[in-house]
Amino acid sequence: MVMHMHEKKIIAPLTDDVVKTLRVGDNVLITGTIYTARDAAHKRLVDLLNAGKALPIPLKGQVIYYVGPAPAHPGKPIGPAGPTTSYRMNPYAPYLIEQGLKGMIGKGEMGENVAEAMKKHGAVYFAATGGAAALIARSIKHAEIVAYEDLGAEAIRKLEVENFPVVVAQDCYGGNIYKEGVAKYHIAS
Amino acid sequence: MREFDVKKITEAVKRLSMETNYFLGEDMVKALKASLDKEESPVGKSVLGQIIENQEIARTEQMAICQDTGFTVVFIDLGQDVHLTGGDLTEAVNEGVRQGYQEGYLRKSIVKDPLHRVNTGDNTPAVIHLRIVPGEKVHLTVAPKGGGSENMSEVQMLKPADGPEGVKNFVIDRVRRSGGNPCPPIVVGVGIGGTYETAALIAKRALLRELGQFNPDPYYAEMEKELLRAINRLGIGPMGLGGRVTALGVFIETYPCHIASLPIAVNIQCHAARHKSVVI
Repeated sequence: MVMHMHEKKIIAPLTDDVVKTLRVGDNVLITGTIYTARDAAHKRLVDLLNAGKALPIPLKGQVIYYVGPAPAHPGKPIGPAGPTTSYRMNPYAPYLIEQGLKGMIGKGEMGENVAEAMKKHGAVYFAATGGAAALIARSIKHAEIVAYEDLGAEAIRKLEVENFPVVVAQDCYGGNIYKEGVAKYHIAS
Repeated sequence: MREFDVKKITEAVKRLSMETNYFLGEDMVKALKASLDKEESPVGKSVLGQIIENQEIARTEQMAICQDTGFTVVFIDLGQDVHLTGGDLTEAVNEGVRQGYQEGYLRKSIVKDPLHRVNTGDNTPAVIHLRIVPGEKVHLTVAPKGGGSENMSEVQMLKPADGPEGVKNFVIDRVRRSGGNPCPPIVVGVGIGGTYETAALIAKRALLRELGQFNPDPYYAEMEKELLRAINRLGIGPMGLGGRVTALGVFIETYPCHIASLPIAVNIQCHAARHKSVVI
């Protein structure tokens, strides 16, 4: 059922060169290692940064997936795992980008402050399909909790992914699909 | 008078918690498939394809459609000739949630306190909306509600002078400002009238309608169609990435209101529109 358009295959963690090739609207398949974090984990990470303390995960070149998965069924590496809404990470994302974070995966538009940090430091924001949690889980081959186990679904997980389907939603040049795509299909009334 | 053991409530809530989260309603599946032909954006088509494929996987493997398995909203219409036995009704509902979310591999998404934010660990408590109605039956609906679309919902107290135009503008603007955040294609529940809290509650009840059903009042049925057309001209499209298919339905519910007031509520529902009812 999924349309197979031209897709770029990339490896995570990301290099600056890869980030620079990604433009708004590109269909991308991500393979490699990524980390999960959402609201509560972001708060802890940024609190650590502000206190000048070490983080429990590396950030340089990394991709963070905004997700809180459902529990895994027996024999599966992870439960349904679709993206959560990204704007809630607006207050935190620029701090992580400043520390070398190269990519975020979520859904919905990220704020101007994040877009500025992405331009300044070279980072990219990918949109995954919200609600496509069972489908996305199939591209996650391995998952382990690496920090904040007490947060349950919100714990930080290290994921091994294969051909995780995303779209470049906001790129390192300031391109923004939420503005450009909507303008293209808007019908004035 | 009919004696009724609340264990039946626990069993129904448990079963429906799982079924709603695994099986998307036929009306939604049909509408999503039909929307593929309406969508002009290639990215939009691809997203719709993923959404359709996803619900098929969830159905086949009996796993959650969306990892956000929601706040468990439970609507109970309790016949006044029913005598509940065997325990506390609220606790019976919560026990159903507890069992359903544990055994069904559903995510526990509820924190005990909005500011201290420690997870309750079992997705309880449910949000329960109880009505006492004539008869000796119990009508129960489970409608898990995800946070992403709930966060894009809003109540506003308009002035009576704002009239139908004010109402329509508020609905369209609320959807426009939501963009891709609530996981379009969405269903839009609109509550007009009542008091502040009634508007929100009837907007949520509106979401329990099946796609293709319209408000029985032709005036509001026409407004539903007009709003749907206007929303689909916004260009938001699937997941907000641009496109023609932003909403699959608009459901309006109304209630009498005060001479000074025109309350309006918009409760936005993502494409994982989950609800199922039983009569016990």
